[in-house]
Amino acid sequence: MRNLDVAHLREESVLDLRGVHVHLGGRAVLRGIDLSLRPGEFVGVIGPNGAGKTTLLKIILGLLRPDEGTVQIAGRDVRAARSLVGYVPQSFAPDPDLPLRARDLVALGLDGARWGFSLGGAQRRAKVDEALAWVDARRYADQSVGRLSGGELQRLLVAQALISDPRIVLLDEPLANLDLRSQDDVVKLVGRVAHERGVTVVLVTHDMNPLLSVMDRILYLARGGAALGTVDEVVRGDVLTQLYGHHVDVVRVHGRILVVGGPDAESLTCSTCDA
Amino acid sequence: MGIVQALFPPGLFTSSFMQNAWLAGTAVAVLSALIGFFVVLRGASFAAHAVPRASFAGAAGAVLVGGDTLLGLAIFSALSAFGIASLASRRDQGQTTALVLMAALGLGSLFLTLGGAYAPEVYALLFGQIVGISRVDVYAILGLLFLALLATALLYRPLLWSSVAPDVAEAKGVSRRRMETLFLLLVALAATAAVPVVGALLSFSLMVGPAAAAAYFGRSPLQALAIAVLIGVLSIWFSLIFAYDTGLPVGFFVAAVTAIFYGLGRLWAWLWQIERSIGPEAA
Amino acid sequence: MLAFLASLLAAPAVGTALLIGSFVAVTSGVVGVFVVLRGQSFAGHALGDIGTTGAAAAYLGGLPALYGFIGVGILGGLAIEGMGERARGRDVATGIVLSLLLGIGALLLYVMTQRSDATGGPVAILFGSIFTVDPSVAVPVALFSLLAFLLLGFLYRPLVFASVSPQAAKARGVPLQGVGLLFMLALAIAVEESALVAGALLSTALLIGPAAAAVRWTRQIGQAAALSALLGLLAVWLGIALAYQSYFWPPGHRGWPVSFFIVMAVLLEYLIARIRPARRAARAAEPGEAA
Repeated sequence: MRNLDVAHLREESVLDLRGVHVHLGGRAVLRGIDLSLRPGEFVGVIGPNGAGKTTLLKIILGLLRPDEGTVQIAGRDVRAARSLVGYVPQSFAPDPDLPLRARDLVALGLDGARWGFSLGGAQRRAKVDEALAWVDARRYADQSVGRLSGGELQRLLVAQALISDPRIVLLDEPLANLDLRSQDDVVKLVGRVAHERGVTVVLVTHDMNPLLSVMDRILYLARGGAALGTVDEVVRGDVLTQLYGHHVDVVRVHGRILVVGGPDAESLTCSTCDA
Repeated sequence: MGIVQALFPPGLFTSSFMQNAWLAGTAVAVLSALIGFFVVLRGASFAAHAVPRASFAGAAGAVLVGGDTLLGLAIFSALSAFGIASLASRRDQGQTTALVLMAALGLGSLFLTLGGAYAPEVYALLFGQIVGISRVDVYAILGLLFLALLATALLYRPLLWSSVAPDVAEAKGVSRRRMETLFLLLVALAATAAVPVVGALLSFSLMVGPAAAAAYFGRSPLQALAIAVLIGVLSIWFSLIFAYDTGLPVGFFVAAVTAIFYGLGRLWAWLWQIERSIGPEAA
Repeated sequence: MLAFLASLLAAPAVGTALLIGSFVAVTSGVVGVFVVLRGQSFAGHALGDIGTTGAAAAYLGGLPALYGFIGVGILGGLAIEGMGERARGRDVATGIVLSLLLGIGALLLYVMTQRSDATGGPVAILFGSIFTVDPSVAVPVALFSLLAFLLLGFLYRPLVFASVSPQAAKARGVPLQGVGLLFMLALAIAVEESALVAGALLSTALLIGPAAAAVRWTRQIGQAAALSALLGLLAVWLGIALAYQSYFWPPGHRGWPVSFFIVMAVLLEYLIARIRPARRAARAAEPGEAA
């Protein structure tokens, strides 16, 4: 439903959701989601709390089966396509004395799920160095992760997700614990690396504003429904009013976008402004 | 010369029971440090403490029915590992660990009472003993070590990943629950081997102490693992010597020596931090 | 049945046991709710073990075990609280403090086993001996319990705030470390009293079991504390009655241990609580999960 993006279906798609319904504990969290993402595009996922953002990620990761509908990655079932998906978690706060260097963390993304010790040697090391270079993290490659800043860790997690050459990378609220400058750095970095490597990015966030400069399309979730399109197509009073099911205004101030209105106006404004 | 003779009295290396103790102790130290590395990574000291302690009930049960002690230990440590893994929800693992431990110890106290006289065997299991280790025990412990080495080598990468970044690992197909269960079974393996030597009260010292100290010295996982094994082996060797010299239980020395290594680790980290903050790079 | 109850209450050892056991059950039950709330089960358990060292020292020095339990318990609690900040660091620090103090305790217990006049001591310390507790201990137990309740009353609001949402509490000026340290005092008192009744090895049962059951039945902290105290009392009374009865049981008519019955009663309470409200908990967790 409400899929405003039909023109691109002709192209090869990386991620395909068809008629996805999810019920959790008797409540419909996602209702009939259809979407299709192209290689190399940057998609921001926005929506108020409870709109189904985390559920959507779980479905794409194959951790949750939809009650109805299909999810395919590059034409394959998600469970068969796990190696094609990279994942950056919401938070990672290692202890200062964790015996793990930056390069060890990134290397886990390469072959962490395999049995036994790794026997890669020099080739594996070169691959890790390369991934560290993508995110400008060579400088602290041999430092303990416990002594790195939030922004530095976020870069490593991006490298960890990218090192296995995925077709699509999912980032779950990667900006939540960062200051404004680091937010901007991470967004630009992800945008650049994804673009260079032709990887599709799905970035979940509360605030769309840091993404405005890099985002190709936006996926707006509310009440179990979704609207996908460019910011100008989706973040409009009429589209969001239809999505939310009550009147919503979109206000643009100083190049920032605010969504206001409705009975639960407070949660709407806070979900999109930088509180 | 006098000190050397006091430290290394005759029989320390030559008497047959001490030879068994050296073999079994070294195997147990390697095994415990190996598993302890993951215990410390996962912050699972309580489970590492609870499983050997719970296995004590198995030994008490074995004494009661006249069965094999090692078998009793193995059964109860595996049962408690499964109990902790299956009862725990992500939020309250501490509670369920405590309650599984209590269930086992409640049974243990009953077995002890019904078993009648407080056998010296039971004290030996609580405090550890080096005199009573037979050649058969040594073979059994070496067998357990072999199993643990195999399992750790096989599980190393997924277990490491699931321990340091469980969310990402889960997303990439490494099930957190499955890893937790496998990890607890490894702890049960270590407990079964360690309790006869170090005692149920202090087996976890040999798991937590060396690995916690190694985390300060080693920077990469494999380095830390190797240092943990080294510290573990040194700890048990010191402890065996002291226990032989003084006639006191080996568990006490293991606790003391591993705590000293841990203290050294903290000191090392502290000095390193001071040096870094006044060093040239800081500017 | 009535005749059994009459004979139960007529035995002086049983009267003392019921009195002291009740104090202990209520204190542990109430303190336990905060332990569960704060996720400090390991610390609570560790204090019981650490107390062994004090009890063994007191025993060897000819003092009542209670003072040894509480003295060393408080020291250990402060060491644990003072050593680590982050969750994983705290877990390891607790493990090391526990390991060292328990090591010393094991040494003292071993020394006791070697002394002919104290051979029963280690078992009494580890597995409890409520029927042999000196009635005069009831007075200090009551006083310590009172102290624990005064501490909890004083700490109540900041403690709840700091336990439920430490960040917000810190922002509002609640001294987290001070609250943590003072709570450790109350925790040490509860655990060590419980160790006196159920034995050091099983003291955790009275601390965690009733509280873990109670918080599953009710969501309100005051109600949970009351329910937890009640469940604790039930377990202790049941345990004492059954242990007394068990002198007539096979094999050998030597009696089954009180701590066994107390632990089993506590576990039963927990399991019943765990079966019932699972559905409600699942429903409550949903909106956040689905976000």
